[in-house]
Amino acid sequence: MGMIGQHLLNGLMQGTIYGLVAMGFTIFFGVMNVIKFSHGDVLTLGAFGGLVAVWAANALGLSVPLQFIVALCVAMALTAVVGAGISHFLIMPLRNAPPLNMLLMTMMVGTAIREAIRLFFPNGTNPQRFPELLPAGGFNIGPSFFRTDAIILIIAGAASIGAVYWIINHSKFGLAMRAVAEDTETARVMGINFGRIIPLTFALGSITAGFAGMIYALYYSEINYSMGLLLAVIGFTAAIVGGLGNIWGAIIGGYLFAGLQTFVVAAMPSMSDYKNVFAFVLIIVLITWRPTGLLAERGSERV
Amino acid sequence: MGTITKRGLAALAVASVLPLAFGSFSAAFAKDKVKIAFVGPLTGAISPHGIGGRNSAELAVKLMNAEPNTKYEYELVVLDDECKPNVGVQVVTKIASDRSIIAAIPHYCSATAIATVDIFNRFKMPMVVWAAVLPEITYAKKYPEVHRVSGILIGQNRIGAQFMKARGYKKFVSFADSTDYGKSMNKYFTQFTLENGSEILGSFSVPPDQQDLSAELTKIKELNPEVIYFGGLTPLGARLRTQMAKFGINAQLEGNSGIMGDAFVNAAGPELAEGTLTFFDSPPLSKMPGGKMFSDAYKAAGYSEPPEAYGPFAYVATRLVMETIEKVGPDRAKVTADLGDVKDRPSIVGPVTFDDHGQNITPLTTSYVVQDGKWVVWEESEYVSGKRKLKNLP
Repeated sequence: MGMIGQHLLNGLMQGTIYGLVAMGFTIFFGVMNVIKFSHGDVLTLGAFGGLVAVWAANALGLSVPLQFIVALCVAMALTAVVGAGISHFLIMPLRNAPPLNMLLMTMMVGTAIREAIRLFFPNGTNPQRFPELLPAGGFNIGPSFFRTDAIILIIAGAASIGAVYWIINHSKFGLAMRAVAEDTETARVMGINFGRIIPLTFALGSITAGFAGMIYALYYSEINYSMGLLLAVIGFTAAIVGGLGNIWGAIIGGYLFAGLQTFVVAAMPSMSDYKNVFAFVLIIVLITWRPTGLLAERGSERV
Repeated sequence: MGTITKRGLAALAVASVLPLAFGSFSAAFAKDKVKIAFVGPLTGAISPHGIGGRNSAELAVKLMNAEPNTKYEYELVVLDDECKPNVGVQVVTKIASDRSIIAAIPHYCSATAIATVDIFNRFKMPMVVWAAVLPEITYAKKYPEVHRVSGILIGQNRIGAQFMKARGYKKFVSFADSTDYGKSMNKYFTQFTLENGSEILGSFSVPPDQQDLSAELTKIKELNPEVIYFGGLTPLGARLRTQMAKFGINAQLEGNSGIMGDAFVNAAGPELAEGTLTFFDSPPLSKMPGGKMFSDAYKAAGYSEPPEAYGPFAYVATRLVMETIEKVGPDRAKVTADLGDVKDRPSIVGPVTFDDHGQNITPLTTSYVVQDGKWVVWEESEYVSGKRKLKNLP
């Protein structure tokens, strides 16, 4: 078991990605009571946007750190615009429709995005190699090998979670967001521009997806059109198990899921094929035990 | 009423005779068209292999049509199975139920092929598998329609295990994909490796599209094997090689026919691919009679993608199907019957002989190693002369 440090690092890396995705689900649900199933595909779109940006930056002869910054900005801007667009043109008009319609609609939007990438991106069905923009290599502590890029990405992921938390709890926009989440009608009476806050909220949630997409692309050096599918299911599960609508719940859920997956492989290597089965079964048990999630959403602390 | 019927009958008679007359007339000028189908993964992660096979099958048809003395003109219907069993079942049902298509040259992926053999049998459509190597495709049932020019993976694993033993390797880890193909690879690897008295420290099985191998590799690093055996296809193999390096694992990689081809070297990069071993059921083309003809014709046809490892097999399978149709005519039952009798048929991958299961039993399994970004026959590589060394040699 000398590899505990290594397993911990692997789990942290995956947990950060899952947590970021789960956070998006929780923001959308907290504010609009919407389960936005296109979230995973927005993540994919962000990663592909980042890839195109790297190609462009490379063609312009920019240095690697600049390529990295350009890719990150493009991925986040693209997902922000798409997220805001989805909310403005599709979710807002449907907000009084039955929740089931909304769910179906977001699933269809997700499928449309996914298929569009597959069909319109050159060789979109094939996995795309994502250039390595972070320093390669790493160092050993005992038997564990710490990849430099993994450490950078975990820190960046944690920082972005912190930033979103700060925006929601300490900025004026966050205050307005929480007011809308609490009581839409009263918030409007108090002069909050409802029509602007909602798209901005969706932009914020989608930026986290774009960021997660970039982390994924940089860590695995490979992206494909369907990568958002399983990530969305895992992220949504993490949000539910943590307590939908509660940000810390989503993050705990993300790390918990990654922890379960890693545990299966570490403890029973021959069963590694079953790690998702094992993780999902335990999640079902947890949800049965605590249907509102580990950290239940409290009315006054929505989002 | 009576006259109308008479007139109608006369018109009918003329109408039915005319095309017959013209038909036989035009037959002197144009050959009858015969359709055959090629099925392989043309999109998705495995597509380099599928496209290489498609190009090679197309080339076989072009060359055949250019021969002046053939009875028929061949048209190749190309379909994409995406290396997915469900898509394979759909497209095979489509071609098998189309009676104008006489025979098929299907499948690169074993998991897809094993899902469609029953359909070929049900629709009585003769076929010659061009690449999939899972034994059960020909041996699970005795279907007269099913034939295969590529080898089966038992032989390559037996030779692989002997090869590794001869080098002195003792400690292995098996890493295979979780499809029928990977499971079968792992099964025969385990059997032959244990027979040789070597030790298998652990066996890992992951879905072929799994991105994150960090948990498995962490465990492998802890087990510290001399050799990692890989039983799967190119994308997962390249991912394994890339992530092994990221984790600082310095084990020798032992592959199989699934990673044979330029696609693996391209995906992993020549530096990381260097020294990777594989066991594949054909000597290099340059050694085979007619191999040079194939390489030259492929180049002359102007394809931008390489034929990959199984392109020559696709060429042989397509050629075999067309030769059979030339001999017995475009009739599914007759083609099936005649394919059963193929014996010592010379081809660019060696003589083809089908046993009573339609399996080619004369594969010439050869050991390869990557040297400077190219697959080189082991015996001719700098690894034999000692100029370069495999990793972790005891």
